[in-house]
Order: sequence, then C-alpha cells, then structure tokens
Amino acid sequence: MSTVKRWTLAILVDNEAGVLSQVSRLFSRKGYNIESLAVGTTDSPDTSRITVEILTDIEHITLLSNQLRKLFPVHSVKMLDEDNSIRRELIMIKLLVSTGERRSEIIQIANIFRAQIIDVSLGSITLAMIGDEQKNQGLENILKEFGIAELVRTGAVSIERGIQTIYDKTKERGEFDYGKNVL
Amino acid sequence: MKMRGAAILMNCLLEQEVDTIFGYPGGTILNVYDELYNYRDKIKHILTAHEQGAAHAADGYARSTGKVGVCFATSGPGATNLTTGIATAYMDSSPVVFITCNVNENLMGKDSFQEVDITGISMPITKCNYLVKSASDIADVVREAFAVARSGRPGPVLIDILKNATAKEAEYEFLPREKHYSSGRLETLMKRASDNFRTPSPDEKDIDTLVDMIKESKKPLLICGGGVVRGRAQSEFTEFAEKIDSPVAITVMGGGGFKGRNPLTTGMIGMHGSQASNMACDGCDLLIAVGCRFSDRVALNPELFAKQAKIVQIDIDRSEINKNVQTDHHIIGDAKKVLSMLNERLESQHHDEWKKYVFSFKTETEYDEGGNTLTPKQILSSIAKLFPDDTIVSTDVGQHQMWAIQHFHFDYAGQLLTSGGFGTMGFGLGAAIGAKVGNPEKTVIHITGDGSFRMNCNELCTEQYYDVPVITFIFDNRTLGMVRQWQNLIYNKHFSQTTLDRGPDFVKLAEAYGLKGKKVSNVAELEEAIKEAFEWGHGYVVDCMIDMDEMVRPMVNGGGHITEFIIK
Repeated sequence: MSTVKRWTLAILVDNEAGVLSQVSRLFSRKGYNIESLAVGTTDSPDTSRITVEILTDIEHITLLSNQLRKLFPVHSVKMLDEDNSIRRELIMIKLLVSTGERRSEIIQIANIFRAQIIDVSLGSITLAMIGDEQKNQGLENILKEFGIAELVRTGAVSIERGIQTIYDKTKERGEFDYGKNVL
Repeated sequence: MKMRGAAILMNCLLEQEVDTIFGYPGGTILNVYDELYNYRDKIKHILTAHEQGAAHAADGYARSTGKVGVCFATSGPGATNLTTGIATAYMDSSPVVFITCNVNENLMGKDSFQEVDITGISMPITKCNYLVKSASDIADVVREAFAVARSGRPGPVLIDILKNATAKEAEYEFLPREKHYSSGRLETLMKRASDNFRTPSPDEKDIDTLVDMIKESKKPLLICGGGVVRGRAQSEFTEFAEKIDSPVAITVMGGGGFKGRNPLTTGMIGMHGSQASNMACDGCDLLIAVGCRFSDRVALNPELFAKQAKIVQIDIDRSEINKNVQTDHHIIGDAKKVLSMLNERLESQHHDEWKKYVFSFKTETEYDEGGNTLTPKQILSSIAKLFPDDTIVSTDVGQHQMWAIQHFHFDYAGQLLTSGGFGTMGFGLGAAIGAKVGNPEKTVIHITGDGSFRMNCNELCTEQYYDVPVITFIFDNRTLGMVRQWQNLIYNKHFSQTTLDRGPDFVKLAEAYGLKGKKVSNVAELEEAIKEAFEWGHGYVVDCMIDMDEMVRPMVNGGGHITEFIIK
C-alpha cells in the first residue's frame, strides 16, 4: 500500500460549457473529495487551467491523470511536484468589530502578515491575503481569536519553478495525445 | 449553399457514406425525419420497436461491418431509452454515432415536455458528446463526431441537436471525408496534438524490449483481446502467435480475433475459461495481452493474476495500462501496427515442451452428450453442423452466451457479437438485426436465453417488417440460468426470484409477429426446425427446452485465483 498524500494536478482545458463537470465527474466516480479547486483562463482566452488538489496515492493519481487526458476538451494534465512548484491561494476574512481598539489590533496583525485591508465599515473589517498554505493558516488561526464572521478561499493555484511549463512536449504527452486517439 | 440544419445533417451523413440508420422518430426530431423523407433513396431507415433496439442494432451493424453505426432518437424518453445501448457500445468500444434532438432553445432548462439533459446523462458512457445549438455548427460537429467514433479506440459519440437548429438555415459545402481533418475544430484538434499525432507510431525501444523479452521466454502465453477484433489485426496476430509458437487464450471480446480452430488456441480465459487457458496463465513466464484490459471476468483477482510471469500489455489506450493489473512492460499503439513491427523483428521460436504441458489440459469443456433430453452441447453441435462456417453469431447475456462462445470456433473479426463488458441482456436480437442489415449475404443467428429474449423480443416486429431473416435459438430453461447457477453453487440453493415459470409461448409469440417458430426438446426436432427455418427463409424462433440445472463449466468464483475452479 503506497502512502496517501496531497497531489496537485494542473489541467489545461478548452474554455467551454460542461468541461468542468466532465473533469470533476472523474473524481467523484472514484469517490475522491476535491480538497481544492481553482479555475481560470490562461493567456489564451480559449483555454482554461484547472488546478485540483486531492488526497490519494501514486497509483490512483496516475490512473486519474490518464483518464483525464482521454477527455477531448483536456489538452494536458501535469502532476505538479510540491518541492518544485509554487502554490498560492487567496484568502478573504471578514471580522465584526465593535471597538476602534479591536480594529487597530487587527490592522497590526494584517501588517505583520502583509495582508491587505480591502473593506472597512463601522462594524466590520475585511482582509485579503495571498499566500501558501502555512501562511494562510497562520493568519486564520490568529484571527480566530477575534471571531471570524466569514472566510473564503479561492482554492490553490500552482506553477512550476524554473523553465519548465505545462506546454512542454514530452514523450508522455505524445503518448497521451495518441491515447486520446482523435485520428 | 444555404440549407436548413436537418438537410445539412443528411448531407453530412452522406459525406460519411452512411446508407443505413436505425431509429425512432418523435416531436423534436421531426425536422430531421422530414428531411430524411427527401433522402429516402439514399439513406435507408430501419424503424425499430423501441429505441433500445435501435441502439443495439446500430451497435451490431458497427461491430459486424467495422463501419460506424448511426442511430436516431428523439428527446426525453427517446434519448434515455438509448442509454443502455450507448453504455453497451462504450464498454465494448464499438463505433456508433447517436443523434438525438432536443427541445427548442427557448424551452431549454425549463422542464419542457420531453426535455432531458442527455449530454449530461451520457457523459460517462460516450467517448465524447456534443450539444449543437446552431445550424451553422452541425457540419463541423458531425464530421468531428464520426472521426472521433471511428478513430483509435473506437466508441460511441452522441450529438444532441436543438430542434430550432435543425429548422434554421445555414451555409453548407460538401466536403469529402479526407478533407475533414483540415476543417473546423478537427483542424484545431490536429494542431493541438504533438507531431506524431497523424502517424502514431509505437515506440521502437518499447518494441525492441518486448522482442528481447520474447527471446528470453521459455513459456509464453498470448491473450487475444477485443482490441485485435476492433483493430482488425487478425492476420498480424496470427503471424505473431505462430512466430512465437505460443498458446493463445481468447477473451470473450477477442472472439474472432484468432481462429478458434488454430491448434495454438487454448480457448476462452477467465471465469469460465478453459482449463488449458487458466492453467497456462498460472504457469507462463511471459504473458502478452493484446487489446485486453484485464477485466475482472478475465483477471478475477488482479493481485494473484499471473504473478509468476512478466506481464506485457499492448493497448491503444494509455489509460488502460496498469488500470486493472500491474504490468512489467507496455506498448501503446494500434494492434495491427505494433504486431507487424514485432513480426518484422522476431525470429521463429519453438516451445514444444511448454505447449505439451498446456495442451495436456482441456481446451474445451466436455459437456454431457445428453440422452433423450436436449442439452446445450447438442444444440450448439447441431447449429455448427448445419450452418455455414461464416455464420454471424449474436448472443444475449448469461449461460447461453458462455456456452456459445466456448463451443463455436469463430474465424474472423465481427463474427461474434456479444455484450462482453456491459453484459446487457436483450442486446442480441437488435444486434442480430443490425448485423443482418449490414451483411445481407451472411447467415445471422441469435443465441439467447428465455430471460434475455423476453427483455427485447419486441424487435421481432422489425425482423418481420423489414424481412431480416434472423434465426433465434432460445436456450429455454425457464430460469435465469446464470443467476441460478450462482445460487446453486454459492447461495445455498435459495432460488430467489430467478424461476421464470411463466409465459409467453415463444412459438405463438413468433407467430403473432408474423414469423414462424418451433418448440423442440430433442435433436431430431431441433434439426428439423433448422431445416424448416432455412426453407421458410424469414425470421424464425427455435425454442429449445433444456434442463434448469445445466451449468456453465468450468467456473472460477469472482475474485478467486484463476485456477481455483469451483466446478470443472
């Protein structure tokens, strides 16, 4: 039995209706809960990039990747190595504040974390921060003491370090294009 | 030229040289059927009794001819009735294009009459599917759909066209098939792929590695899977097997991929595999599976399956590698191509001792000859004796299916039509009709059980109306035989809901449909019935009465080790 850990998949897909449900169906079919999901267009408006994180082992993640590659709207799938890629997530936290003292305490914490204050009203303050998992978790843990009214995460996006890109042609990609066998 | 969407669809079908469609009309697909009326000289439409029958017929047509089958249905229930047929085609990699129409765009998503999200429903059971909202998209989509269905690992594709798209006009230019790849989205798909996309070539190093492995092997075993049949790689596979001088086990889907009469054949492998196949699998040192995905009915227990051997998988679909069984080496490519590359590099081998060992086990089950009562073996022997060797055999699912595949020797790809992956009872009659329509010069028989036949026997009317002379043999044991067999062996003889002591009288049923039939309970009656069927020349039903407790032998329990026969 191989070990279960967090895997990050970067998936390039056609930017059209129904693609996300085709992709997510493969995860639900195997009974995996998606830990994190982020979708957005790339430099080409016809292409979207889906970043998915799930907890599983190497055998299953390989099978899943192979099946994802078979979907016609999927251009490429890359398993991102945690040691060799950068992972970021945006987190927004709304806190209810009744006193100015409370507010300035929160602002101080925000400054330490380099979080931005994106909204202030008489009764509330909202922070936004981009960071990796530990940093975001750290901010969340401290602000818990102040009573979090609402918290939202975008889901993580990842990109490889160095010159490697998801567009690189590898033997693997050639094989998978063939596996999809359009012609 | 400007024409309405439905006419574009017809012309696109003509581009694909489609001459036969199986289907069933309805409200939303009316424009298409209206246009079909204008093309009735060029495209033949077979109206079935039920959409499921149409789906199986298109599937049987595709499997037997190697062409792409086409099936029409309307929205809502018409579309959902197709789903079992689509899933059957998907599991067995059969190229069929299903075309459904959906409600008008302004009614979409409003739970309109006969509206269903069929692209959503069919997502897991199609290679890909399309929702077409505009007449100008029809040509591109149909061209792409056919390319997808027939290429690589074939499979079903569904196109759902909105009713208003079939009515509106758009520009259409005839485009011959070879030019499709440089038009529309297909062109983009081609560009997206890597350089080796057009002429996909198996990796030379992978081939060389396998050649070395074969040279080292003393006890090789080949598995002929459905990929050999779909890839029509029979001659390459035969050359390969004879060069290595290796025994060949055949899966259910591989039937016809390697001649059943070839002396290297060890018969079927798996749950009801022959002793020779299963023992060879347990004794070989190199197992080469061609176009076989090691389903649980073949590998049974993936942990124990041929664990003493090096396992090599040759498959066109990358996602099949290591899916069910961990392999030691794999080659990705088309069976025909890979095998001919291997054949070029291989020198003849000899494995007499190993073959002697393997063929010391039975390659076929020795069933009771039977006395006065009719046995499955007698029925199949009589059929084999009286029908031409190239007869196309379509089966349903259950005991009769296993008996037929164990007993008959299939000679060519497309001769055996059976639902191996999905196990669809009720597949056989539709498939037989489709096969006969696609191969009018060949004899087509349909082997079924009383349980399976009862499911879709309504297609007898299609057989009668279009005069498709299929001869149906019902292995009538008045029970769901395969389930009863499990209940007999594993479930303490609790025959829960498997006894079918009920009508109809199948002979009278055939007569009610305007066909003929005969109930037979011994060999003389059976052979007389077959002769009568030949003379009659139209659809015919032979109701063969066999014993309730006949079993398919041998049998290995699901998840068991391949040599642990619970009955021999």
